[in-house]
Amino acid sequence: MDALIPYITEPREDTGVTNSKICIWLFLASEVMLFGAFFATYIVLRMGSTSWPRGWEIQNVPLGALNTVVLITSSVTMVMAWASLERRDLAKFQRFIGTTVVLGGVFLVIKYFEYSAKFHHHLGPSTSTYLAIYFTMTGLHALHIIFGMGTNGYFWVTGRSYWQAGDQLLLVNRVENAGLFWHFVDIVWIFLFPILYLM
Amino acid sequence: MESNHAIDIDRTVRGFMVVFVTLLALTAVSVGVSYLHLKEHEAVAVALVIATFKASLVAMYFMRLLSETKVIFLVLGVTVLFFLVLLFVPLLTNLDRIRV
Repeated sequence: MDALIPYITEPREDTGVTNSKICIWLFLASEVMLFGAFFATYIVLRMGSTSWPRGWEIQNVPLGALNTVVLITSSVTMVMAWASLERRDLAKFQRFIGTTVVLGGVFLVIKYFEYSAKFHHHLGPSTSTYLAIYFTMTGLHALHIIFGMGTNGYFWVTGRSYWQAGDQLLLVNRVENAGLFWHFVDIVWIFLFPILYLM
Repeated sequence: MESNHAIDIDRTVRGFMVVFVTLLALTAVSVGVSYLHLKEHEAVAVALVIATFKASLVAMYFMRLLSETKVIFLVLGVTVLFFLVLLFVPLLTNLDRIRV
C-alpha cells in the first residue's frame, strides 16, 4: 500500500509530515472558505437588515448550550481515542471512538428537537432572513457531523482489523486525520452557537 | 524511549483535560453573559472574543497545532489571509451605513 501511496505512515523528509496530513489540512482550508462564505453572507445580511432578531429571542439557548457541551465533549473523546492508540490500547480506543460517534448522534437528536419545535411554530427557512441563514448554516454543519460520524464509525468498526493486520501506525495516522476533521466541525459550531443564539 | 513517549502522552492527556474544563467554563460564561441582554455591539464583541479564544484552544491543543511543522502553518497562513478577505471585503458594501 505504501508503494502506491507514499509517505502515508512515515513523514516526508522535505515537509516533515505525512502526505495524508498535508492533504487533510488542505481539505480543511477549503472547508474554511466554504463556511467563510456563509459567515460573510451572515454579516452582510445582518448589517444590511433594518431589523434583526436577537438570537435568544427565537432560539432555545439551553438546548444550544447543551449541544455545545456535547460537541466539546466529543472532541475530548476523539483526542482520547487517538491517545489510546498512541498507548497501544485498542480496547480504550474503541470505547472512546464509539463514544465520539454516539455523542455526534446526540448532537443530531437535539438538533432534530430544535428544528421540530421551529416547524411546529411555523418557523421555516422562508419565514425570515435570519431563519434562512440559521437553517442553511446549521444544516450544512449537521451534514458535516453526519460525515464525521461515518468516518469515525468506520474506524470504530474496522479498528480491530487494522490492529490484527499489523497496521497500527496506519490506524494512528488515519484516526489523527479523522480527528482533525472532527475538531474543525467543533470549531465551526463554537462560532455558530454565539452568532445564531447569543447575539 | 518508550517510557519517555508514555510520559509525553500522559502529559498531553492532562493538557486535554485542562482545555476541556476551560472550554466548558467559557461556554458557561458566554451563555451567562447572553442573559444580561447587553447592547447589540457589546454582545457581539463579548461573544466573538470568547468564541475566538475557545476555537484557538481547540486548534492549539486538540488539533495539536502547537507541535506542527512549518508547512502546516504555511497552509494555515494562506487560509487565514483569504478567510479574512472573504469576511471583511463584503463589509465595504455597508460602509455607508456605519455611523461613527
